[in-house]
Amino acid sequence: MNKRPKSSGASAQTHSFSLNAYIAHHKLVAIDTLQNLLQNWFASLMTWLVIGIAFALPIILLILLNNLDQFGGEWQGKPRISVYLHTELSPAQVKASVASLNKIDGIKASKMISPEIALEEFQSKSGFSKVLASLPSNPLPAMIEIEPVSSTPADVKLMVSKIEGEEGVDSVSFDSEWVERLFAILALGERFVTALGIFLSLGVLLSVGNTIRLAIENRRAEIEIVKLVGGTDSFVRRPFLYLGLWYGLGGALFAWIMVQISLVFLSTPIERLIHSYQNEFQLLGLSGLESLVLLLIGAILGILGAGIAVGRHLKGIEPS
Amino acid sequence: MIKFDHVSKRYDGGREALSRVNFELVDAEMAFLTGHSGAGKSTLMKLIIMMERSSQGQVFVDGINLNRLSRRSIPLIRRKVGVVFQNHQLLFDRTVYDNVALPLIISGQQPREVGRRVRAALSKVGLSGKEKQYPVALSGGEQQRVGIARAVVNKPPLLLADEPTGNLDPELSREIMNLFEQFNQVGVTVLIATHNLDLVKELGHRQVILSKGHLVAS
Repeated sequence: MNKRPKSSGASAQTHSFSLNAYIAHHKLVAIDTLQNLLQNWFASLMTWLVIGIAFALPIILLILLNNLDQFGGEWQGKPRISVYLHTELSPAQVKASVASLNKIDGIKASKMISPEIALEEFQSKSGFSKVLASLPSNPLPAMIEIEPVSSTPADVKLMVSKIEGEEGVDSVSFDSEWVERLFAILALGERFVTALGIFLSLGVLLSVGNTIRLAIENRRAEIEIVKLVGGTDSFVRRPFLYLGLWYGLGGALFAWIMVQISLVFLSTPIERLIHSYQNEFQLLGLSGLESLVLLLIGAILGILGAGIAVGRHLKGIEPS
Repeated sequence: MIKFDHVSKRYDGGREALSRVNFELVDAEMAFLTGHSGAGKSTLMKLIIMMERSSQGQVFVDGINLNRLSRRSIPLIRRKVGVVFQNHQLLFDRTVYDNVALPLIISGQQPREVGRRVRAALSKVGLSGKEKQYPVALSGGEQQRVGIARAVVNKPPLLLADEPTGNLDPELSREIMNLFEQFNQVGVTVLIATHNLDLVKELGHRQVILSKGHLVAS
């Protein structure tokens, strides 16, 4: 016994305080609060789902926008000009027209679709084969698809006006206008999703904050006792911050699951829709990094919400 | 260890719970704080553990002027003072072990040290083997002992008890008081607020008597 030097309680405390014990306590609190949440799994699940839905909604919209963006980008990358020739031109005249069209500057590639090929395609794809077969002559014009070198709207418009001046050209259509509109709509959509995301994040903050407020009320007696035996503010705060962390992280995890399920549910119709415009398309979901960011945002919002609740309500609880 | 220097405490609403109280308790002294209900015993105790602050005068604990202490420093004073409450103030959803370990965990003790000290404190109050039980499963006297074990587990230099024998029969009360005497014998300063005048007379320690907020004998 006399090997241990006698020391007053106060100095023994300061000397035996260690980083080890501090970390051990963090671990203890983290595990303890998580176990508590899992024990009251039904109440926890409700909170997680609320947070999950709040996260999942803007994320799903964002994913849809990103996919449309990618799809639109593909189109804007190579605008195509479709040139329709007069139907009454003879094959020789068509040839001459194509030759003079190909002389225009700035054409990267061009492809002629003769009325016969167009009719064949139309017959095989449209289901009007019998009606078409009964027509006395081919009603379809010869069509030339032109891909310009420059894809800026001004250059494309200039080229369109040149083409329109060529002999034998009936009408010209190009797809940059609707791509421009699509992008305008997408930009609007992005703003909308950003605003929605901010509001719903605020909702997450409030719902975590409110849940933590209730937890604080439930543990009022415990908080008083801890303060009575010398618990510091940060010691009292710690379990509630971990609670917030678990709520946020769990909510983000549920959001991730909801997003994955929604993507499976949405992928077939979306792929079919976009496939009808474009050959290669695959729905882009959340990447590994994006998933991590989602979890991180969840954790941060959870801790932040808990911190706000704790800051507001813990000061008022003093032993009496 | 404790020094009250012309201490008055007036609560909101004007009621004066303590007026110009002067007394001192030296290191390793043991004293009873007596007086009728409402004499200011609880207020005096609350001033020592900073549940309240004095309206006038200075309170010193272990040489520290509590009036000059910031809110942030309150926990440090409370760690120097073990407190036993009449209503025990135990955590009923935690085991006896966890209850007693609380002050050690709060002050950041090593886990191994925590286990050693908790077992020592429980054995001191005669509750060895009850570590894993919940307070609900214990009798009133046993709950009080858990409270005492928690108060002394951190080896505080000062021990306060507010009506520690309030709900206990005479025999149990004597046992509890004997326990406090044992702590006093190893150098802990002890101040016990009590109504139990028979026991106070029997044990024969110093008495600090309050009446309507005034110190009438010390």
